Amino acid sequence: MLIRTFVNLARFVVSFVVASVLVFIVMRAVPGDPAQIAAGENATPELVEQMRREFGTDRPLIVQYWDWFSGLVTGNFGTSYVTRTELTGQIVDRVQVSLILVALAIIVALIVAIPAGTFAAVRHRDASGAVVSALSQLGIAIPGFLLGVLLVAVFSLRLGWFPSNGWVPPAEGVGAFLSRVTLPVMALAGVQAAILTRYVRSAVLEVMGEDYLRTARAKGLSPLQALLKHGLRNAAIPVITVTSVQLAALIIGAVVIERVFVIPGLGSFLLDSVGNRDMIAVQSVVMVLVGITLLINLLVDVLYTVLDPRIRQRTNA
Amino acid sequence: MRRSIPALFASRLAALGLVSALALTACSAGSSNSSGGDAAAKDTLNVALTGEPVNLDFTTTAGAAIPQAMMSNVYEGLVQVDQEGKIQPLLATEWKVSEDRESYTFTLKEGVKFSNGADFTADDVKFSLDRVKSDAWKNGLKSKMDVVSSVKVDSPTQVTVTLSQPSQAWLYSMTTLVGAMFDESGVSDLANQPVGTGPYALGEWKRGEAITLKAREDYWGTKPGIPTVNLRYFADAVATTNALKSGDVDLVYNMQAPELLSGFEGDSKYQVLKGTSNGEIILSMNNKKAPFNDVRVRQAVMYAVDRQAVMDTAWAGLGTQVGGPVPTTDPYYEDLNSVYPHDVDKAKSLLKEAGAENLSITFSVPTRPYAQAVSEIVVSQLKEVGINAKIESAEFPAVWLDKVFTKHEYQMSVVLAVESRDVLTMFNNPDYYIGYDNSKIKADAAAADQADEAGYVQGMKKVVRQIVDDAAADTLFIFPNVVVGKAGLAGVPANSVTEALSLSGIAWK
Repeated sequence: MLIRTFVNLARFVVSFVVASVLVFIVMRAVPGDPAQIAAGENATPELVEQMRREFGTDRPLIVQYWDWFSGLVTGNFGTSYVTRTELTGQIVDRVQVSLILVALAIIVALIVAIPAGTFAAVRHRDASGAVVSALSQLGIAIPGFLLGVLLVAVFSLRLGWFPSNGWVPPAEGVGAFLSRVTLPVMALAGVQAAILTRYVRSAVLEVMGEDYLRTARAKGLSPLQALLKHGLRNAAIPVITVTSVQLAALIIGAVVIERVFVIPGLGSFLLDSVGNRDMIAVQSVVMVLVGITLLINLLVDVLYTVLDPRIRQRTNA
Repeated sequence: MRRSIPALFASRLAALGLVSALALTACSAGSSNSSGGDAAAKDTLNVALTGEPVNLDFTTTAGAAIPQAMMSNVYEGLVQVDQEGKIQPLLATEWKVSEDRESYTFTLKEGVKFSNGADFTADDVKFSLDRVKSDAWKNGLKSKMDVVSSVKVDSPTQVTVTLSQPSQAWLYSMTTLVGAMFDESGVSDLANQPVGTGPYALGEWKRGEAITLKAREDYWGTKPGIPTVNLRYFADAVATTNALKSGDVDLVYNMQAPELLSGFEGDSKYQVLKGTSNGEIILSMNNKKAPFNDVRVRQAVMYAVDRQAVMDTAWAGLGTQVGGPVPTTDPYYEDLNSVYPHDVDKAKSLLKEAGAENLSITFSVPTRPYAQAVSEIVVSQLKEVGINAKIESAEFPAVWLDKVFTKHEYQMSVVLAVESRDVLTMFNNPDYYIGYDNSKIKADAAAADQADEAGYVQGMKKVVRQIVDDAAADTLFIFPNVVVGKAGLAGVPANSVTEALSLSGIAWK
């Protein structure tokens, strides 16, 4: 267990450092100069040069990198020279918005996918199971933003049940929060539920073919009892793996939904920052994402050992 | 290790606890990011705009979003432009121009206070104008103050500005952001804490969402009609009209998708205003690079492109046909549509004469709705005369500014030039990206600027005609200012003749 944790931590550190170098280089490689954008269309070359000096983008790359990275490890993202504000507070705000949105969407998706996928697996020879499969196929084919636009058109514009966009944090009123978060969560969860349903179905199908389940049936358990008692924990491993990957991808992937519903999440912030070539902001957001992804992986790893005694024992050996 | 069932259960509980703890902290999350709320209250106005400013400091950051929100509302100048484009007093009650037209003596309004409580005096005028010329100002527009040679404080309410030469354009510039009045103690954090003399002060800025402006109790002039204004920023036009339909916003200003208008026209709940702006859609041709270094090829493009058809197809026919790079609200505007009528045969023969048949060019199109809409129809019209234009997308502003604007690595491009009275900026500078050889207009432009008002208008007309004759660039149309709002609003400015969206005149009926 200790070794596994240590290896994981080492992997975490190495991934983090490598990612920081990569994102730094990529941001320098794309065309576009923040000084030029800030100085605008009427700027003289001298003015742009002066701007670069003020931004510090005229310094050697290695100095710029170290300046940023050393702040990063102490948890200080620094000040964006484009927006002239402290990045830490802004990023913390945006991360929270994204996490709420994505966590709710994944929870809703799982609530739909686990029963639906299990049903589709158990009834995979029946028409009803095939219908669930087909529906999930259809769900994957509908892009999230399209679902978002459709939801707005029906539930907001036509029926007037929900506001069409905007964001109210839960602390400022649970009712207002829920009314604004419902449609975006549905739009995000729709595709995820469809994807996860397919994984749950195939995981359950696989488990159903295992010898131990037949043994359990032979002991006199009903198919459902056998599945619940012996199957689900085994089926959970691949589903958790996929869910964790989706979770990480969704934090940024939600940007399309954030745009449709005008939600101030991390994805929109990243997109705006790239547009302004706000290097420090882009780098910092990407590093936050890397951190979140690595953290999710660590957590999932712990979850594996909780769920599966074999993994636990292997690591203890 | 074999753990007992309770231990296993406990560890699962711990994992669950972690998740719920996360969820709990999340509950107080993003509290500085709320927005929306109900727009029903009559003391609030929610305005939908596209493109959030990166910060609020136009002295160091270019971009149209900053002056749109700040000028006229938070900041004021000595003079202002009315909806017809005429210069009117604002913080100056009057001004006298000397015989040689090189010095302007402004009499200042008394009892004007900045939003930080400081009095507005002649010292502030000197401070503000000197500051534009100092290194503190980094917006490229600062060059508009180059002509100022000195600012002298005569008395607390009188100030004299001396120019190095007479300039008709200068007083107009004073109505724009370079003429904004600042207080010396209020410029430490302009990016986040603007301090001006205007009817509104910044209430709060929730980044990614809205800028809240609050009417000032101690404003010197007429109090704004609506005490609280939320400027809400949207990424796309569909979201703005959805927000209007669902009641989340009251007004969509400078709407970027005219095809969505049909949902509002004829509906008594809404008002639709189709005003004009001072933005020109400029189809630029690199005058310094083949094939457009040949005037005949440029003229061929002018004949080949059916500007009316472009406007009808790309922008639902909204906008104004002008034929030259001057918006209708400028004093030296004249209708130049007849110079280059749509004439395919003439275009073909000009190309033949220039030996430029079966041309292949690259068309750098910025990633903006108007540009993408315009480019496709232009490409098909160019094809009719034998010019094969290949569209190359240029991310706006970053890549466009870098490649097209700064490095001049382009043959043809299209952009919305929004700066007011910018014809000389665009064409009286051979190093500008258009690369127009200004030798034929330079002297005339200088003479016009130094002439009296009538001479200025006549002189500028001559300059503009020369630019059009040389086919320096094709002005496809003047961008419309499309506004959709609730019918209950009065005093919404239809025309966007300045860089500002002036809010104080808007009120609920």
